[in-house]
Amino acid sequence: MGKKVLAVDDSKTMRDMVSFTLKGAGYEVLEAADGLLALDALGNQSVDLVITDINMPNMDGIGLVKALRQNPAYSSTPILVLTTESDDSKKNEGREAGATGWIVKPFEPEKLLKVVQKVCG
Amino acid sequence: MVAVEIDTASNASTKTGILTPDEMAEENAPRLMGTQQFVTFAIGAEEYAVDIMQVREIQAWTEVTILPNQPHYMRGVLNLRGIIVPIFDLRCRFDQGETEATSIHVVVIIAVGDRIIGILVDRVSDILTIDGSEIRAVPDLDDSGESDHIIGLVTAGERMVALLDTGSLFRHEIMETELDDADDAAALQA
Amino acid sequence: MDEYEQFKTTYFAECAELLGDVEVQLSALSTGSEDPEVLHAIFRAVHSIKAGAGAFKYTQLAAFSHEFEALLDRMRDGRIPVTETGVSLLFRASDILSAMVESAESKTELTGNFGSQILDEISIMVNGKSSAPAASKETVNVATEDTSESEAVTVYLIDFAPKAELFKHANEPLLIVRELKTLGELSATPILNQLPPLGKMDGEEAYIAWQFKLTSKARLDEVEEVFEFVTEDCSLEITSEANLDATEMEEDIPVSEIGNPASPANTPPAAKGPVTAAKVTSIRVDLDRIDRLVNMVGELVITQSMLSQQTSDLPAEQFPSMVRGLEELALHTRELQESVMAIRMQPVKSVFSRMPRLVRELSAKLDKKVNLVTIGENTEVDKTVIEEISDPITHMIRNSLDHGLEGTEERLKLGKPEAGNVTISAEHRGGRIVITISDDGRGINRKAVLMRARERGLISETHTPSDDEIDNMIFAPGFSTAEKVTDVSGRGVGMDVVRRNIQALGGRVSIQSNPGKGSRFTMTLPLTLAVMDGMIVQAAGDKYVIPIPNIVESLRPPKSSLKQLPTGQSLVSIRGSYIPLCFLHRIFHLGGAITDPAEALVVLVESEEFGTTGIVVDELIGQQQVVIKSLESNYKSVAGISAATILGNGKVAPILDIEAIYRISQQDLRNSPLPTASDGLSGVLQDSLARTNPQLATPSIG
Repeated sequence: MGKKVLAVDDSKTMRDMVSFTLKGAGYEVLEAADGLLALDALGNQSVDLVITDINMPNMDGIGLVKALRQNPAYSSTPILVLTTESDDSKKNEGREAGATGWIVKPFEPEKLLKVVQKVCG
Repeated sequence: MVAVEIDTASNASTKTGILTPDEMAEENAPRLMGTQQFVTFAIGAEEYAVDIMQVREIQAWTEVTILPNQPHYMRGVLNLRGIIVPIFDLRCRFDQGETEATSIHVVVIIAVGDRIIGILVDRVSDILTIDGSEIRAVPDLDDSGESDHIIGLVTAGERMVALLDTGSLFRHEIMETELDDADDAAALQA
Repeated sequence: MDEYEQFKTTYFAECAELLGDVEVQLSALSTGSEDPEVLHAIFRAVHSIKAGAGAFKYTQLAAFSHEFEALLDRMRDGRIPVTETGVSLLFRASDILSAMVESAESKTELTGNFGSQILDEISIMVNGKSSAPAASKETVNVATEDTSESEAVTVYLIDFAPKAELFKHANEPLLIVRELKTLGELSATPILNQLPPLGKMDGEEAYIAWQFKLTSKARLDEVEEVFEFVTEDCSLEITSEANLDATEMEEDIPVSEIGNPASPANTPPAAKGPVTAAKVTSIRVDLDRIDRLVNMVGELVITQSMLSQQTSDLPAEQFPSMVRGLEELALHTRELQESVMAIRMQPVKSVFSRMPRLVRELSAKLDKKVNLVTIGENTEVDKTVIEEISDPITHMIRNSLDHGLEGTEERLKLGKPEAGNVTISAEHRGGRIVITISDDGRGINRKAVLMRARERGLISETHTPSDDEIDNMIFAPGFSTAEKVTDVSGRGVGMDVVRRNIQALGGRVSIQSNPGKGSRFTMTLPLTLAVMDGMIVQAAGDKYVIPIPNIVESLRPPKSSLKQLPTGQSLVSIRGSYIPLCFLHRIFHLGGAITDPAEALVVLVESEEFGTTGIVVDELIGQQQVVIKSLESNYKSVAGISAATILGNGKVAPILDIEAIYRISQQDLRNSPLPTASDGLSGVLQDSLARTNPQLATPSIG
């Protein structure tokens, strides 16, 4: 049974690509288009990893990270934020909210897998 | 159809006869402080005027389309280059009977707020340039209520001209009142 | 990345949507919207385009969107004020963006300096100075590891002491150890001297530290990268025992794998061959201009129909070229009109996309779980229709969630999936758009509906309506389906108003319900509200237009088929059913019209609201496509008239609102009942009438 990853991105392209890559590596992938939908999708089931974009409508990635960290069920679930920001401000914002790590876009399948392995084995 | 466009602005974009607020503002600028221009027109011997800035064009009378249940002083609606414009009989509005309109009668198309309406008059006289200080208040003599629709009076030579408050004159027709409440009530009873 | 080629299709489809969104938001911005969400939305769109561009290595697009995004970022947080100049720059930048997306999609080359002027302007706005060459730095800088491995083996000594924060971020030292192992040979020594006595241990605290010895070919930065996420959550010291390749430890400059090392903006304009205009397949046009064009074409249609009308009796053999010319003019005018109307067609997505949010909010409020599915969101309709469908759809979705779907517990009890399903779909059918909203809820409680309908006198006691009739009673005026007033569906606006608003647009709405399984609203609307097919009729010398979609047939009824109810209601018997008549001249108080229906003409029209009714007019003039003009832009609304059009002779003709006309005629009857002339109308007739027109069965009869 593969590990379960929730991929959150408002861009379908990104979701598709992340999902495709992870599924190819044997992960089970849930998808959501924004933070609120992600919370909906989670319900209360546990996942092994959450990968979330930062810029999204309704609830952005930072909001999602905060919301997850406030929930004891997800306080120790690794969360990766996807960022294209060159400066560290977004990474830090993500970190302060409680994110485990980050993936710098553009999307690179090998890199994604490497980082995913890094935080959830 | 004879259409006389008043050349308030020789601006190419006013070809449609409808000025945008910007264009109107531009025209406002060169005018002398304190003076205003009015287009005057007559019903019988009485003369009225509206601010020239309100006037969009002047047309000879043509047949209009009657709308159901229109007020008695409304003549109907007119197609003004694709815009449907209500036409009111000014004489009738002042309770002096219905104008027997012919092709020598004139419709003054004016803008009231963002609405365009036409008023049927006997003839257009001229354009008056007057100083604000020349405008006299309306003596509060009669209680006919008619003076409510007059902003002020101006004397031009021998003539006395009443400045119309077009907004209040046709308020009921151009302001949407309480929707179609009566309609709703009817529907509920059905 | 070849297997990722498949995602390019999604990407470009997404880009098209995003660019559409940008356009919508920009026009909101240009009309003075101060909603901060507008800039956020534009930012997100550009951001998404950029992310994909990076993934697919569209360097020029990525570089440009990066700069564009930087500008938007500063605008949205207020560092750069949103001025008219700024908005204009956003518009032009979005044009460049569109062109770049287009070129990426069509695999055509843009010149290297394409958009460089805009980049310059952005740069001036962002940095206060022009620095176009720096523009694409970031994108070229995308990190891909240097694959040339150092052959040298290094021994690293790593002191690693996690802090509590490390765990709070859900990092895991064991995973770090595991990752280090992948780099080479690792030995680990835990340092436990910080460990407090058991009783004083805090589960959240970090007490264990490690010392690692790693023998690896990896460079220092690769080792450091293992700790990338925890550097601030631990104390970390890495020393290399054998610094054989000390230089490698210097900050590495990442080498770009991205094709052309010279970034587009770095390339001098002349260096990339002749500067040709970029291939742009779409242009942005001000909405006002299109509206003006639509209006002018409308005028042209009117002029053309006037010409044909006035020359219709021209003998073709005498003026062959004239007649042929006029025929061609008619053809071209129609084609021109269709093409112009097509410009304003927009996908319903802009409305559909607002619904997930609504559903989310409602489902939270109602404590119901709901899955929303949208189908056919790319179905196009005229923008005049788009503007009008949002409210009815919102209302029907509210209705589905509030009344249709059961609560979670009830659903589980019924063996239904916990989450209710609501589907909105759109499709074209027969020159109209059909929008359905369906749910898998409880369906309509027909017993309750029928009881209420009887209570309110909406249906006579003797009449047994069909299931379908009962279901559609929820649209009856004054009928509220809510057992209790909820703050979701609220009091106030009921489904009757929804139906009326849809009808006012020339549309129809109905509901199909399957008890226990769910219900489905079906709404059909014309594709445009700018033109319509109309039947021109005449009454008392005035011309009116009746919408063709409402017309069933027209006839001159024989005297024997005419009846009158005691209420004064006139009826015509057609093929066994009695149809009520509305006299246009009475409703509009017109003098000089033909008053005897046997002499006049009856146009049978139908509507969900009242079934079938006959409108009595003097004569039919003909059928034509009419341009719909608002009466209300310069006048108030007129009961019985939905809008107006301009006929071939340049005159205005009112378009009849047949539902309103029916209501007025019913109201007139109640207000001034005619003296009861004949009581001879049998109960059979009453019943037959009720069957054709359930709502006609007014209690005043009994």
